[in-house]
Amino acid sequence: MTGEVLAGLALGLLLVAPPFLPPYFLEILISVMLFGYLGAAWNILGGYAGQFSFGHAAYFGIGAYTSTLLFLRLGVSPWLGMLAGGVLAAAFGLAAGYLSFRYGLRGPYFSLVTLAFAEMLRVIAVNTKAVGSSLGLVIPNREPAPVNFVFAGKLSYYYVILAMAVGAVWITRRVARSKLGYSLLAIRENEDAAEASGVDALGMKLRAMAISSFLTALGGTFYAQYFAYIDPTITFGPSVSIQGLLQAIVGGAGTVLGPVVGAFVLTPMSELSRAAIRGRAGVDVMLYGIVLILVISFLPRGILGSLRRRP
Amino acid sequence: MTADLLLQAVVSGLLLGGVYGLVASGLSLVFGVLRIINFAHGAVMMLAMYTTYWLFTLAGIDPYLSIVVTGPLFFLIGMAIQRVVIEPNRFAAEHNQLLLTLGLALFLENLALVLWQGDFRSVRPSYAGASFVVGEALVEVPRLIACGGAIVMALALFAFLRLTDVGKAIRALSEEPEGAMLMGIDVGRIRAVAFGIGAGCVAVAGALVTPFFYVAPDVGESFNIIAFVVVVLGGMGNFVGALLGGFIVGLAESLGATLLPGSLKQLVVFGLFVLVLLFRPAGLFGGGRDR
Amino acid sequence: MNLLEVDAVTKRFGGLTAVSRFSLTVGAGEIVGLIGPNGAGKTTVFHLLSGFYAPSAGAIRFKGVSVVGAKPHAICRRGLARTFQIVQPFVNLSALENVMVGAFNRTGDVMAARQRALEVLDFVGLGARRDVLARELTLSDRKRLEMARGLATRPELLLLDEVMSGLNPTEIEEIIGLIRRIHAQGVSLLIIEHVMRAIMALSQRIVVLHHGEKIAEGRPAEVARDPTVVEAYLGEEA
Repeated sequence: MTGEVLAGLALGLLLVAPPFLPPYFLEILISVMLFGYLGAAWNILGGYAGQFSFGHAAYFGIGAYTSTLLFLRLGVSPWLGMLAGGVLAAAFGLAAGYLSFRYGLRGPYFSLVTLAFAEMLRVIAVNTKAVGSSLGLVIPNREPAPVNFVFAGKLSYYYVILAMAVGAVWITRRVARSKLGYSLLAIRENEDAAEASGVDALGMKLRAMAISSFLTALGGTFYAQYFAYIDPTITFGPSVSIQGLLQAIVGGAGTVLGPVVGAFVLTPMSELSRAAIRGRAGVDVMLYGIVLILVISFLPRGILGSLRRRP
Repeated sequence: MTADLLLQAVVSGLLLGGVYGLVASGLSLVFGVLRIINFAHGAVMMLAMYTTYWLFTLAGIDPYLSIVVTGPLFFLIGMAIQRVVIEPNRFAAEHNQLLLTLGLALFLENLALVLWQGDFRSVRPSYAGASFVVGEALVEVPRLIACGGAIVMALALFAFLRLTDVGKAIRALSEEPEGAMLMGIDVGRIRAVAFGIGAGCVAVAGALVTPFFYVAPDVGESFNIIAFVVVVLGGMGNFVGALLGGFIVGLAESLGATLLPGSLKQLVVFGLFVLVLLFRPAGLFGGGRDR
Repeated sequence: MNLLEVDAVTKRFGGLTAVSRFSLTVGAGEIVGLIGPNGAGKTTVFHLLSGFYAPSAGAIRFKGVSVVGAKPHAICRRGLARTFQIVQPFVNLSALENVMVGAFNRTGDVMAARQRALEVLDFVGLGARRDVLARELTLSDRKRLEMARGLATRPELLLLDEVMSGLNPTEIEEIIGLIRRIHAQGVSLLIIEHVMRAIMALSQRIVVLHHGEKIAEGRPAEVARDPTVVEAYLGEEA
């Protein structure tokens, strides 16, 4: 299978090359891996189950704030905080998902309600002094301490996010080749027919939501540790939600490697556009808008989704 | 909470609610005819506000007078967008059409950011600060004009839909798409017109609020969310429901502001949104899509 | 105890009564036909049996246990499968993947589901087209696919909703043969059909529905002669 060989070669390169890369490229690679990771997390609910969440920032933010607060206030290692954040996000996702799915929200209405939930969290964060309000939280001590998820150089952060991305892809693959995966695809294609074929649509969607929200939250912790600063807009704002879904849609929603491929296309594009038109914020997102329109119009199954051929 | 505060909240809420109603009517109309939730609705409003700003700043044209230009201009822009971007994808899956309008929104909002940057601008004609008192409540003139203008515009739209051939065709298409096609209605043209009207409505609303709002690339986003809430509340495709819904949401937001500090008032609106989506997705007044 | 017992079921939608005090039984091993003019409420009955609608009144028992209020997937788990009047394949999945979804009803293991799906695909005659995307299958093949998906769930009772509609005479003969083979495997069937020839040939017993009410029941020959039945159909044509 040439696809798998290519992926293996790429992974090899990703493992071996980075120590030799100049810092600027390493930074971009870290962004690629982070966005690919978030895309893969979104993909499980959005690409496989077909439930397009526009509010995944909710889980990203829960992850970021949980681990950061546990670290700053209680000295808990962000590695543990990461898990705590993931669990908390999954709980929130299950609650939000249960409400939405139980009351039959599908399609655009589901998207809107997820957007509402994320925005509500953002507004609450902005107005809560205990979490820093709109000023956010800073992780002050940058002395390297791997046990506290603080590293000396970018290279270590890179390997962490690489591992997370590989993990997310591996989880996606496992799901895709399981009863859960087939059930999710059936739900995506036709929920009523799936139900009539014995698929517990509510149960399966909730499972997808739990995995998706848990993984997304871990990404939030990584972001907090890497950038050492979070605020409500960065973490709960629409831009994180959009980033996740963009990688998956462009690369191929419902495919295992789609989100990562999407990230490899979109992130360099974004960097180039910002380098080309310096000093003007928004050029990259403007391009995202155009790319989204073009992809939907001409390549609706995304890059990998369109390449797939069947006998 | 005193009676004065309550009265003020009611007055402010109703005045802004009228504008919300106009913004939402455009969105509702587009949904009724094209069956898509237009994420770019707020972005169009924002562009209209910039247009109003530039006309005022560069040519000294009064924001209300400039509606004569802005309205028709954005009607045409809306039609063009529909023809070029949306119509070719009319058979795409529902969630893809949603992403299409999202892409449009991202493009337009950031185009504004790139061209004019993020600084807040304002349009303040001489009468911007004018106000008078009704009982214990303060009524700001620009807000009153905005509400009045919105109501007039909505009534005009209502009359248009009831009395003109194009209006009737729009209603036919939103109620009975297949029947309308069989009646020989030029569906493609009507769809473009409907989208254009939606854009025109929200552009007028934008011009009306510029004297008391700020102008920036993200100003459309807040109106976008409010428009979604109003449209779901009033019933997707239920035009009159959108108007009534606008007043309800305006009131809810305003009353929420008296109860909750800072931007927490938004929680009232979002909370209302979630409740309606869960329990009455067809809208308070019905006629909308059930989930 | 009958496999399926429908006991004076009524379904109202607001002011409209779609089904009124309808009773029906299907015994193990039976093929029962359900006919009636368009709009009689036949598909509504199927929706009630498979859990997509809840009855406004009356009881529905499958294998002695009430299924009222149960979700469609739970009813499928118990052994009642159905097809849809307008075929509902998973269009972007292959025929094999479509049927595997049904097979997962009885197993959690991918290999086992795949094995079962391959068997069922061969049984309905789609073995050669197992990797074809559902969207690229002909109507006749899609109907087989839908039946295969239902069969993969290992039902004891299969509800078929107008599987012959839109098929040409040769295809109809083939489907009649397939239904007979399904029956021979021990699956009981409740069939809605407009193609009279087929339903007369297949059914041991026929129930006639008109305006939501049962107006006749009996062996095919009896029902065909029944004046109320003839009236109902002719009345529709006029």
